[in-house]
Amino acid sequence: MTSKSCAALAACAALSLLPSAAQAHGFVGDRFFPATVLTDDPFVADEMSLPTFTIDPSGPDHSREFDLETDISKTLTRDIGITISDQWEHLRPKGSPAATGLGTLDTELDWQFFKNAPHEATMMLGLNTSWAHTGRVQALGADDFTTLSPLLDFGKGFGDLPDNLPWIRPFAITGNLSFGFPTKTESAGTPNPNNFNYGFAFEYSLPYLEQNVKDIGLRPPFSQMIPLVEVSYSTALNHGQGGQTIGTVQPGIIWSGQYFQISAEAIIPATRQTGNGYGGLVQLHFYLDDIFPNSFGKPLFGD
Amino acid sequence: MKRILMPVVLLLAMGFPAVAAFAHAFLDHAVPAVGSTVTTAPKEVQIFYTQAIEPAFSAATLSGSDGQTIATGPATIDPQNPMELVLKLPPLAPGHYKVKWHVVSVDTHRTEGAFSFDIQP
Repeated sequence: MTSKSCAALAACAALSLLPSAAQAHGFVGDRFFPATVLTDDPFVADEMSLPTFTIDPSGPDHSREFDLETDISKTLTRDIGITISDQWEHLRPKGSPAATGLGTLDTELDWQFFKNAPHEATMMLGLNTSWAHTGRVQALGADDFTTLSPLLDFGKGFGDLPDNLPWIRPFAITGNLSFGFPTKTESAGTPNPNNFNYGFAFEYSLPYLEQNVKDIGLRPPFSQMIPLVEVSYSTALNHGQGGQTIGTVQPGIIWSGQYFQISAEAIIPATRQTGNGYGGLVQLHFYLDDIFPNSFGKPLFGD
Repeated sequence: MKRILMPVVLLLAMGFPAVAAFAHAFLDHAVPAVGSTVTTAPKEVQIFYTQAIEPAFSAATLSGSDGQTIATGPATIDPQNPMELVLKLPPLAPGHYKVKWHVVSVDTHRTEGAFSFDIQP
């Protein structure tokens, strides 16, 4: 055996010990979809938001609320993942003492069933559950009923457009559609209607522009920024509240690094029932698959 | 809630000793530059990444404006710089060219991308 073939064999043996190339958070083909704040990400991942600090717009009753939220997502397999989220709330009703405590605990099971790398497209089915009596019901208005919300999330990048449309190719859209089914028809005399929830994120990826379309000379931190606008609405469907809609529009920016991202968004109420004035949020979000690639950051099963 | 948070905290604590020094390899810049127009045909394409990459799982190809792959030398990693992929090119005529690449960073995360450049006399 020549020394060359010995070296080749040794290299093959060494490479066979490496795990297969890992699927990473938010990547579909050339496209990186960042973790959005208001709307659900259309992919399963090992990630954690800690914290998301939100100053909500004034409520319709002129109450003010501050939230400190965390969520953690874990892949069970390459395509199936779970998310757990909860928040600490500080509510200041107008003319009443302030109240603090936990909000409703949410869990979500997701299956990313479709990925098309050349067309930067992905789709995910899931079931979100808001659990009854996991937050302060009386003081903060946390749910005293469980809500089951089957959902469909999707993401589409426009990098597959022709080269002669260079400035459009960095665009991407993600979206969520879900129906919320409360397990109790009313709470303390207030009806709990079924809801249709829909949200979208419109993103313009400067990293995509720099890396795939045209190097316009942006350097960090600007070359790692993704300006976006998120919108989310919830429309009641029954129990005498049909057609009532609440929602927000949230323009902002995401800076994405190697191990974490930072998001900042303004919160603008989109309907009168949603509230008044403006709010804002900031979020620190960790990519656990990059921080812990050989332990917590990989699927529990497979890979 | 404490019953839920405690396992999460423990899991994270267990994961901390395994913190790696690497992550995804993103394209940092390329020569010729992404989307650029050059007047002299390049003899090679150099792609610089943000992380060191695995030679055995990293490659690049070149295609012309008709989409057909053009025979090139193999994509190799610069021995002096494990974050640089080099694709040797044959003599190229003026035209529109696309480079497609995929790499695996040393912590096994795969990334891929494509960019174009033009040669004008």
